[in-house]
Amino acid sequence: MSEEILKVENLKTYFFTASGVAKAVDGVSYTLKKGEILGIVGESGSGKSVSASSVIRLLPKTGRVVDGTILFEGKDMRKISDKELRKIRGSDISVIFQDPMTSLDPVFKVGSQMVELIRTHNKVSKEEARKIAVENLALVGIPDPERRMNAYPHELSGGMCQRVMIAMAISCHPKFMIADEPTTALDVTVQAQVLGLLKELQEKTDTAIMLITHNLGIVWKMCDTVMVMYAGKTVEFADMKELYKNPLHPYTWGLLDSIPKLSDTEKAELKAIPGTPPDLRLTGKCCNFYNRCPYATDICREQVPELVEVAPGHKVACHHQNGVETLVRGKEAASDE
Amino acid sequence: MVKTILRRLLQMIPVLFVVVTLTFILTRMIPGNPATAVLGPQATTEDIAKMEEKMGLNKSKIEQYGMYWNDILHGDFGTSYAYGTPVLDLLGQRIPNTLVLSLTSLVLALLIGIPIGVYSAVHQNTAFDYIFMFLALLGISVPIFWFALMMVLVFAVNLGWFPAMGIGDWSNGFWGYVQYMVLPVICLTLHPMATFARISRSSTLETINTDYIKAMRSKGLSEPKLLWKHAFKNALPPIITVVGMQLAYCVTGAMLTETIFSWPGMGMLIVKAVTNRDYSLIQGTVVIVALVFIVVNLLVDLAYMLVNPKVSYEGGGKN
Repeated sequence: MSEEILKVENLKTYFFTASGVAKAVDGVSYTLKKGEILGIVGESGSGKSVSASSVIRLLPKTGRVVDGTILFEGKDMRKISDKELRKIRGSDISVIFQDPMTSLDPVFKVGSQMVELIRTHNKVSKEEARKIAVENLALVGIPDPERRMNAYPHELSGGMCQRVMIAMAISCHPKFMIADEPTTALDVTVQAQVLGLLKELQEKTDTAIMLITHNLGIVWKMCDTVMVMYAGKTVEFADMKELYKNPLHPYTWGLLDSIPKLSDTEKAELKAIPGTPPDLRLTGKCCNFYNRCPYATDICREQVPELVEVAPGHKVACHHQNGVETLVRGKEAASDE
Repeated sequence: MVKTILRRLLQMIPVLFVVVTLTFILTRMIPGNPATAVLGPQATTEDIAKMEEKMGLNKSKIEQYGMYWNDILHGDFGTSYAYGTPVLDLLGQRIPNTLVLSLTSLVLALLIGIPIGVYSAVHQNTAFDYIFMFLALLGISVPIFWFALMMVLVFAVNLGWFPAMGIGDWSNGFWGYVQYMVLPVICLTLHPMATFARISRSSTLETINTDYIKAMRSKGLSEPKLLWKHAFKNALPPIITVVGMQLAYCVTGAMLTETIFSWPGMGMLIVKAVTNRDYSLIQGTVVIVALVFIVVNLLVDLAYMLVNPKVSYEGGGKN
């Protein structure tokens, strides 16, 4: 469990648009060990997907990694050639995307897409590649895989397509998988199946997974460590159990409160975090969360909080939760305005 | 697939019936008498009456219509009044001339237009994109008759590089024939090439930014493979549509271009048939052209089926 697969340090990915520079990821660091599942949590636009895309250089044209190091098995992903990168993509690192229905080429059969991928990374004949593909389809629980090989993506359901995507992702024995909201586009019942499948495969193959989600429920079920992101920055980083027992950042509290509970009475309102995330072109001068934070004080408006380790492996970026000061959850700051 | 083809072939029958009937009515509506057109202004009334009898024009319109159908069903499209040859023979002579010109232009337009369009899409908003899309816009907008006359003026009259009109002869060697083709082919290539470039650009732009291309890029597929195998195949349907239309026009020939360059093809034949009120010839060419359009449409639809598995004309999906 100690072998380091991925080490990202001080990653900064900015988008250069006509209306300004958007700091989508602004100084994020994390490491992933072999067989570990890291959950990245945050709402839309918090930089979760961008930080993952940066690792395999899959950014849109306007985006660029401006600073930081990304080491995959010791290789600097920012410096390797396109050819080397292509070799890593799909074999050592594979990605599972959010919408399985649009992530498969609609005009080629599922089988031919799998065979193409397998043959891109392995020197095998078409027949052998086909055999591997059928085996993988069976492995992800697709009934009658031989027949599904000849299906076009539109002939499969969403859950089926995601299973195909997972089969493709594992077909070259990746060491590291990025699962970018793999269940968001699926039915709730299918979600559980797909997550169970991912976990099962991960335990079998000891692959490291970066699981991007906005659903903390999924995190509890799947992850070893969790990183909570907000407006391009890490606000809290901890072991899953530690975060579950002892969440510290007000934003994490907000996320937790927004999960409906079985114990809620029928009339209980869904709790939401008020306000909207800040404009990413204007961040970096204060605590990004201060205008939505019930505990915010003057210092939050004036200084960017540092990410500090308050307990072994538990880091928080909050002026009032830095180990010196502490907040009491639910007890809001005495309003000084 | 076979069922589709058979059904589509059966559907051709009513279409052809309407085409034949409409051309019959429309040609009779052209003002002027074909007998006078054949005999010239000096003909006497007697001569004209004789000629009309010979042509069957003295019979009632209904009878003429019946005779016409009778002939067509026997594979006889009549004899051209003006040329004195059977219409089918005349078409047999002209269609190859037209095809040489139009297919050459179509192939050139495809080979140049599509790569330019795809390259522009990949390099969107670069100088290459701006320059070639501006040129394509010009290519679509320039009136062909003006462009053809300018080509004649510059390359035939002023520079004297190529002959201004007529058709070459293979007995004078390859260049002896081809030199006559250069200017008309350039004129005929311009418009389809520009159309292909624009449609391939917009269609490719749509597909290169899709999720599946991003997903396949994340799987390590090379950029040329992503572009030409996956993005391009998905971008094909609109391109096939315009190529199909151009292919159909290949047979009708370009009336303007062929007339300007005196190229003895279908285009020129149709123009002359109309001015001569050559009923049989007009009817014959229109029916043949209609037939070509129907067949090309069928080919286009079949091509859709090959390119896009979601397309099925059998009704419902094919699960």
